[in-house]
Amino acid sequence: MATDPAAVPGTEFSPGLPVGLASDEGEAPPGIGPYQLAWRRLRRNRVALAFGGLFLLMVVLCLLAPVYAHDIAHTGPNDPHITDVIKINGKPTNVVSTLGIPIGPTWHGRFFLGADATGRDIAVRLLYGGRNSLQIGAEATLLTILLATIFGIIAGYFRGVADGLISRAFDLIWAYPVYLLGIALGVSLQVGGLDLGLFKIQGNTLILTALIIGFIYVPYVGKPVRGQVLGLREREFIDAARQQGLGSLRIMFGELLPNVASTIIVFIPLILANAVLTEAGLSFLGAGVHDPNPSWGTMITDGIKLVPGAIHLVLVPGLMLVLTVLGINVFGDGVRDALDPRAKVRIEH
Amino acid sequence: MARFAVRRLASMVAVMFAISILTFLLFQVLPNSDPSTRLAGRTASPTQIAKIRSDWGFDKPIYVQYIKTMGKILNGTVTSYQQQLPVEDQIRQDLPTTLSLAIGAGVIWLALGILFGVLSAWRAGRWLDRGLTVLSLVGVSMPVFFLGAVLSYYIGDKARILPAGDYVALTSDPWQWFKHMLMPWFALSVLFIGVYSRILRSTILDTINDDYVRTARAKGLSERQVMIRHVLRNSLIPIVSLWGLDFASVLGGGAILTETVFNLHGVGQYAAQSVEGLDIPPVLVITMFGAFAVVLLSAVVDIVYAALDPRIRL
Amino acid sequence: MSPGAHLLEVSNLKVSFQTEEGVVRAVDGVSFALEQGEVVAIVGESGSGKSVTAMTLLGLTRSPNASFEGSAQLEGKELITASEEQLREIRGGEIAMIFQDPMSSLDPVYRIGSQIVEQIVAHDFQVSKSEAMERAIALMDRVGIPRARERVRSYPHEFSGGMRQRVMIAMALSCSPKVLIADEPTTALDVTIQAQILDELRTLRKETDAGIILVTHDLGVVADIADRIVVMYAGRVVEQGTLDEIFYNPQHPYTWGLLGSITRVDRDTTGLLPSIPGTPPSLVSPPAGCHFRPRCPHAFDRCTDVPALEAHLPETPQHVDRCWLSAMQKRDLRQVGDRIGLAADEPVIA
Repeated sequence: MATDPAAVPGTEFSPGLPVGLASDEGEAPPGIGPYQLAWRRLRRNRVALAFGGLFLLMVVLCLLAPVYAHDIAHTGPNDPHITDVIKINGKPTNVVSTLGIPIGPTWHGRFFLGADATGRDIAVRLLYGGRNSLQIGAEATLLTILLATIFGIIAGYFRGVADGLISRAFDLIWAYPVYLLGIALGVSLQVGGLDLGLFKIQGNTLILTALIIGFIYVPYVGKPVRGQVLGLREREFIDAARQQGLGSLRIMFGELLPNVASTIIVFIPLILANAVLTEAGLSFLGAGVHDPNPSWGTMITDGIKLVPGAIHLVLVPGLMLVLTVLGINVFGDGVRDALDPRAKVRIEH
Repeated sequence: MARFAVRRLASMVAVMFAISILTFLLFQVLPNSDPSTRLAGRTASPTQIAKIRSDWGFDKPIYVQYIKTMGKILNGTVTSYQQQLPVEDQIRQDLPTTLSLAIGAGVIWLALGILFGVLSAWRAGRWLDRGLTVLSLVGVSMPVFFLGAVLSYYIGDKARILPAGDYVALTSDPWQWFKHMLMPWFALSVLFIGVYSRILRSTILDTINDDYVRTARAKGLSERQVMIRHVLRNSLIPIVSLWGLDFASVLGGGAILTETVFNLHGVGQYAAQSVEGLDIPPVLVITMFGAFAVVLLSAVVDIVYAALDPRIRL
Repeated sequence: MSPGAHLLEVSNLKVSFQTEEGVVRAVDGVSFALEQGEVVAIVGESGSGKSVTAMTLLGLTRSPNASFEGSAQLEGKELITASEEQLREIRGGEIAMIFQDPMSSLDPVYRIGSQIVEQIVAHDFQVSKSEAMERAIALMDRVGIPRARERVRSYPHEFSGGMRQRVMIAMALSCSPKVLIADEPTTALDVTIQAQILDELRTLRKETDAGIILVTHDLGVVADIADRIVVMYAGRVVEQGTLDEIFYNPQHPYTWGLLGSITRVDRDTTGLLPSIPGTPPSLVSPPAGCHFRPRCPHAFDRCTDVPALEAHLPETPQHVDRCWLSAMQKRDLRQVGDRIGLAADEPVIA
């Protein structure tokens, strides 16, 4: 690991450093932990930081949605203005024309980006929609990471029956195409919601969509975590912990968890990006967020209905979505390179 | 090799059985509402609901419900409530579209993924590699339905270079079929091209440092022979198996967004339209068959993989 | 000595690599010669530059961030500045190489036979596929692979480590090379197999006229095969001499340490191998003067200057070493009990 092939241009096609030169000596100067080292590498990666900043900017914008709605646009995300008339440069204009074509961007406080077919302010909905998309993405990611970590560690640590059951369950979920499982769950849970005894979740809520997406991605993280734990549990420090009489829980979450943490960290941006995209896809299909709640996915669906009249209704939410996900992806790439220049992680759709 | 294939196929059957149970649970048991009401749709009368309840056995114990559900799916007697037509007839009618989409896109993304991956690894660290890396990152960040909508507007509606959507059967007019499929193929491929080229790039760069590549050089092979026969041949193994799995998943329902945005009338769009009308029977059947297709094809992939990589054939 | 007088002559070879941490001087002025039918062993710990030296002879260390100085000549032909095409002909043709890890040195996706054939065809454009295959079978037979005719169709994973190393040797022999480089050929194998592979090399040496360069970290391996020994430490040659000179009259403390850590059959040393304390220095910023100084129990103030590699014993002018101690001091200091070692109070690894 002395030379990160990605960091030194032109080294890749060389035979590399001969064995014994690169591998024998430790790469880290003494006293610097792996996370500090990773942080140093990440700080040097300006591109990754810039895109991380882009993502943060999107988050801040979306969090400011109520401020924008209240103080600038003077309307809410779900308020229709279908019969309203506003003044643009002194000329009165219908928000939605008699032909049903909504007003385009006014570049003013009200209807900055225009209106949709029911006369709702696009800019306001865009910010609220982003809030919903990001919220679902974050909740889904949290759920995926939690479940995958717990089950992955249990399966890898106990092996045997527990591993058999958990791994088979992972394989089964894995077998479903992501969007198909998403709409299957979305549509079958939409009417009555979910009742798991302790939890009751209403149909047609944001958290339900987050739950579905979070569930779908569990095996994509759980399998690699399990694999890593299987390897780690054979190592001396786990033996030592066992001989000291530490309990299974202590070993799993005190000893093993810190060692798989970097893998898990690498997966967080990856799952977040995919969760946001999946939410948009499911909402686009009508199996995620539902009207009147805005989300970037539903806004694109609504916009497509008005193409070719108003392509900006597709472009604006679409570009917000792409920029956000791109920000997460590039930053996530930087995090991965920083943590482990050789890690290879991917996810399928 | 033959024994491996048989074993793999046997485990495939077991997984399909498990999938059928899980799908059944997801649709009929997990949701907190009466399954007969859900299957009957929004506009159903009490008599329709009662008929469904007895047809599907929802008044019986759960294992009877499972057997009845699977029986109906395998017999092809599930009907959608919107059109009141057998779901499987509709699927059979839509399948050629989905196949056209999956096969064409699969070829494109494999070819371009390999091309870009090789170029990227070859020029690693130079501007071509950087450019391709940026493109592939944009590719994996681009929702296919957004890309599809933008493409069909600018290339289809405005520039009128290609048709903006719809499907023309290959058998009725091959040239029109090709023209209509070109944009959907491309839109669907973008994500995979991004993923594949990045994986191939890093696999190649890892493989180059493998000992047997050094051996190949030490033998006196030309750089070209080393790259093609040893580095590329080994680097393609993971890509090819990945392709099989992704292809399976696209065929099994992964193309749902692409079909919908280009209005292709494939199996995926059928599912999407059923979702819109909260018409559950088609979604149930398509989910079941989609997962079956993935399981079947991944068994095939494993067998092909074993043929490609002699180490697995044990 | 005029150039071309030796089969292979390396003089003042320097190899350095540009890395993230700085410039690694992997090989810092190495010189030695190899004659026909001779076995020269290059011995040193990992990171001593012995493998880099060997691989550089075949141009296998070339990369945009590697730089080379000095020369290495095969019968007067310069290797360091040779073009890629010249090198391609030399590799596997005039100079063949066997690598450390036979488990990973063969391509897993091709059959054994076709991997040998690949090399034959690369150097002989006239040969037909079937002739080449016959030659491959004969070669496998010659290096002691049983049922060679069937086993050409096996894949590497179906062979044991020892058998794979035999395949590597067969491959190396396929074009009757003038020089055979064996880079730690036995390190990855277990002891009995090690002995068999060494036997194979010994036979080779008798049967062919090739010069052999044996790279290893274990002096024990070279004891009854090498004619001359080059001891390397941290990129430099620290001692060079004939087998007897190195084994019975070693001049450099590092060599004493290596000799002290040989497993000996006549003594129960299981689990009690004395090792040289400390670790090899960083090659980015090595210590000034003698590189071995920080680990050397006998270092004194002069050691902060680099000692020259020269002969210190008038009776053996070819026996050179890089140490400031006098011949007398060396004779006293290297004696640890009844054998040679680095220091009396060597720590032992249990």
